[in-house]
Amino acid sequence: MGWAIALHGGAGVPYSLPPERRQPREEALRHCLQIGIKALNSKMTPLDVVELVVRELEIIPHFNAGRGSVLTNKGTIEMEASIMDGNTMKCGAVSGLTTVVNAVSLARLVMENTPHIYLAFDGAEEFARQQGVETVDSSHFITEENIERLNQAKEANRVQIDYTQPIYNDTKSGTETPFANGDSQTGTVGCVAVDSNGNLASATSTGGLVNKMVGRIGDTSVIGAGTYANELCAVSATGVGEVIIRGTVARDVAALMEFKRLSLKEAANIVIHERTPKGTVGLVAVSAAGDIAMPYNTPGMFRASATEDGYSEVAIWSEPIIE
Amino acid sequence: MAGWAIAVHGGAGVDPNLPPQRQEEAKQLLTHCLNLGISALRSGASAVDVVELVVRQLETDPIFNSGRGSALTAKGTVEMEASIMDGTKRRCGAVSGVSTVKNPVSLARLVMEKSPHSYLAFAGAEEFARQQGVEVVDNEYFITPDNVGMLKLAKEANTIMFDYRIPTEKCAGLESPVKMNGLPISVYAPETVGCVVVDSEGRCAAATSTGGLMNKMSGRIGDSPLIGAGTYACEVCGVSCTGEGEAIIRGTLAREVAAVMEYKDLGLQEAVDFVIKHRLDEGFAGLIAVSNKGEVAYGFNCNGMFRGCATENGFMEVGIWE
Repeated sequence: MGWAIALHGGAGVPYSLPPERRQPREEALRHCLQIGIKALNSKMTPLDVVELVVRELEIIPHFNAGRGSVLTNKGTIEMEASIMDGNTMKCGAVSGLTTVVNAVSLARLVMENTPHIYLAFDGAEEFARQQGVETVDSSHFITEENIERLNQAKEANRVQIDYTQPIYNDTKSGTETPFANGDSQTGTVGCVAVDSNGNLASATSTGGLVNKMVGRIGDTSVIGAGTYANELCAVSATGVGEVIIRGTVARDVAALMEFKRLSLKEAANIVIHERTPKGTVGLVAVSAAGDIAMPYNTPGMFRASATEDGYSEVAIWSEPIIE
Repeated sequence: MAGWAIAVHGGAGVDPNLPPQRQEEAKQLLTHCLNLGISALRSGASAVDVVELVVRQLETDPIFNSGRGSALTAKGTVEMEASIMDGTKRRCGAVSGVSTVKNPVSLARLVMEKSPHSYLAFAGAEEFARQQGVEVVDNEYFITPDNVGMLKLAKEANTIMFDYRIPTEKCAGLESPVKMNGLPISVYAPETVGCVVVDSEGRCAAATSTGGLMNKMSGRIGDSPLIGAGTYACEVCGVSCTGEGEAIIRGTLAREVAAVMEYKDLGLQEAVDFVIKHRLDEGFAGLIAVSNKGEVAYGFNCNGMFRGCATENGFMEVGIWE
């Protein structure tokens, strides 16, 4: 059994995405996948690999993480991330970051350099300075595209998962939150990896929801919701944060494998197609045995995966581009 | 109908040298809270209303580590967090970094019901609180002299690294070798509070509230506001955990109880026992749980847990030790 890696750039991609927006994202996925492949081939640990790949995704402005993060209802940036090591089950998470270039790396530092798991807002920013991580003015993360998205969301007075498609209903009805035309999207990024010894790791990072309330925390920094890894599998989820939290999505994939003895694919499919509402969630997962699963119940999901035997693919909708 | 059931807790991990008077006060508060919940249940209140009501009471009373009486951050301030979950549709709400809101659990409920989100924190949560018109006070209101003293001791204990000796002046008189989260148990103050309820319609709910870890870094978030870790409720059960936050998060403890019930068909007590036994490794924690069948259960792998439980058929018990 060799290594395996999967990464995502967000679930919910409208079929109408124009080529000029699609191509750079496909290229970016390919680029990040290559980085992961090289790292695994050079025997880097899965924990290091997922951090490395997510750092790269954060720097690329096409996805909703780091630079390119969507904006709060005040036009500001609040980023969050988490990382988990399947072997030790140690984890780290951060929320409410405004100046840290790589949220996922700060999450890792919380995991390794503090007695805590999760730091947020001012406390997290202070910690970042103590640790000497790279910080920049918050304006660095803001892109034209996202200013535009925020304006559209405000005009329509809604909280938008991402992109430009109108969403029908923004207020919580107390139950599931279906989206018109299944058009929910989010550009959260994430990566999962397993090496040939079955060591697993997962990391996820995001700017959150367009037009979110200041202080809103989503699934990306909640261990068990957006990120999870243990000895069986590593999972990174993307989609409507509130749904992922309520559904403890990442943990559920592992729980189904463990308690019902399902395979990775079976477990992932059940969580995506039977336990969460259509149009809300996608995930990438790898198992200790080297299996990969990338199910989603949204129109599409930016994703890429590769295995040591040379197979690799990049995909957005249902037909993968085999590389 | 199986009948209602309720459980409350005031934290897992108790100083074995806790003065008797303190133990009495704690038990009285737990009894009082149980009775409040029981009254509400008898008059037909829903599970989610009852858990909120009971946790509000626990927050208001300074005895445990939530609301007034919260543990202090390294800066000597209070940063509270809470979450609530309604099993019926698994709706949830959570807040962190709350510093002026009298009842964090009620703010968490408002997040669940009046915002498009599930979790708000720090400045954003405080702003939401003002928009919602909840009762706010100065941060000083939450700080008790006891905790100011504890903070000092915690800071001193931290500089002693792996030495189990602790200054004895205010710590229940005697040396205490029991440690949690790296601190001697007498300064650890892990007394997160929580309540789980199944009402007469079989609906489950859970809520947890805390000031967090004594001497924590400002901005530190623990398990209490994290759905799946400190709090969880679904169709089959309601769970609230307490203890070492990091262990509870890593073990997704509250969700775990529900998962083994759902996926392995374990009964409530079996599920609680399984989780406590197998999901904590070197971590210390405890939890309370109810099932939609009207059962109540609790478990802990550390030195004591302040708890109380009651069921419709008249059973009632309040305890601290095994």
